[in-house]
Amino acid sequence: MILNGKQLNSNGLLSELFRQEYGKMIAVLCRHFGLKHIEIAEDIIGDTFLKASEHWAANGVPENPAAWLYTVARNNAKDHLKRVTLFETKIAGNLKPDEAAPEPGFEFAGEHISDSQLAMIFAVCDPGNSTESQICLALQILCGFKVEEIANAFLTNIETIKKRLQRARTSLRNSHFQIKALSGPDISQRLDRVLKTLYLLFNEGYFSKTNDHLIRNELCAEAIRLTLVLTENPLTGTVQTKALLALMCYQSSRLDARTGNSGEIVLFDEQDPTLWDKDLIEKGNYYFVLACQGNQASKYHIEAGIAYWHTNPAAVNKWPHILQLYNQLILIEYSPVTALNRAFAISKVYGHEKAIMETAKLKLTGNDQYHKLLGFLYETTDPGEAIGHYRKAVQLTRAKAAKRVLEKKIEQLENKNGG
Amino acid sequence: MKEFMFIFRLKDIGDFKPTAEQIQERLNWLAGIAAQNKLVDQGNTLSPFPGSAKTVRPGDVVTDGPYTEIKEFLVGYIIVRTETIDEAVEMAKENPIFKLGGNIEVREVIKRK
Repeated sequence: MILNGKQLNSNGLLSELFRQEYGKMIAVLCRHFGLKHIEIAEDIIGDTFLKASEHWAANGVPENPAAWLYTVARNNAKDHLKRVTLFETKIAGNLKPDEAAPEPGFEFAGEHISDSQLAMIFAVCDPGNSTESQICLALQILCGFKVEEIANAFLTNIETIKKRLQRARTSLRNSHFQIKALSGPDISQRLDRVLKTLYLLFNEGYFSKTNDHLIRNELCAEAIRLTLVLTENPLTGTVQTKALLALMCYQSSRLDARTGNSGEIVLFDEQDPTLWDKDLIEKGNYYFVLACQGNQASKYHIEAGIAYWHTNPAAVNKWPHILQLYNQLILIEYSPVTALNRAFAISKVYGHEKAIMETAKLKLTGNDQYHKLLGFLYETTDPGEAIGHYRKAVQLTRAKAAKRVLEKKIEQLENKNGG
Repeated sequence: MKEFMFIFRLKDIGDFKPTAEQIQERLNWLAGIAAQNKLVDQGNTLSPFPGSAKTVRPGDVVTDGPYTEIKEFLVGYIIVRTETIDEAVEMAKENPIFKLGGNIEVREVIKRK
């Protein structure tokens, strides 16, 4: 019994440490072996965690678990190098190591870790990758997600995820990106891509297709953790990075309030504001103030601004401000989601009739959210039309929980109509 | 899809005093085109202020401003993407410039290769 208790305890701690430390440890080892040999780093770290699970279950959790992991990883890495050197000098003769000579020692400490981790984030965010495989790769290498966990988050099968990862991993191995303290050119070439990847990673959690609350929270938390790493370095902690972090904090503050008991999304107007996380809103405010020093207004600034207004449900003139921000956002970058959100803001400022005209112009007839919005806008003036749009939305929606919410609305309208 | 340039003109420099509401209306109009994914280029504003324009003519003749001889001056342009010129014209009709006594010329863009 005691052993079982201990095992559970060390297992819980281990999976937490795995999330926190895996990416850092891979990054430090890749600094030595080069990205070409990322598999070696993954094997060494995988073996380290295996040893930990065995050793900790038998002997209890060490006083400083992270330091224990670092020591074992360093020893594993040294053993590996010894074997390789032996092979190269004794057996293969004059065969030379193909990378530049590794720096002596494996330092798992302070700046060395944060520099390596930061460089790894930049290495993974290759503009040549497709968005989908990009996020998978980030989850696997930076966050230590297993393939089945990624498949779970994307509601897809393991084979698809493996395929997505394969190409991205090949180009990562073959890239000449060096894991070392980042240089100016690295940053200017890739920071946009890095921010976009973290933004998508966050959205994957926040707007996830899966009903699994845990996975959603975890994806959001990982995106925040990595963005935080960027803000801590003066070169990557730009006003854009801070605006992105502010956006993530504001959105996360509503994570609990926006999920119902059966995993369905609770609409903003129906959320209980007492469930919003005040600490995260405060953090959002803190980073948003920092982001607004300087006169740049990126897409992330605008989205953070919108999210900020949503944290103030009672603010006067909230909706005109939000509409203004959606106007700016759609001029920076077109997306159907932004177009529909903007139309919703129009309904709040100018009324449903004007919003119906603006929405109809969008002609997004294959989009479930388009019909859902039109359904909502027609509800009071033309219930028949509203039902028609809600029916189309049901047909186009894949998420079961969302379908149920729509069907409930249709039923209510039909009852009202009939009675 | 074809591309059309909207060329905005006002009658008199004195007209160029839009109210906050008109500015908002114009932004709503422009964003409304972007929301349909039909805005190709959000264009620029040509400065209406004295000293910001010169016209160069044959024989090294340079005059101040575009407004010495014509009573209308160009204030800006955007480019939109629509199937037909009629659709572009319908879009233009919703612009608030007409409340200022201005007009919009809609011209098809022939793209250079």
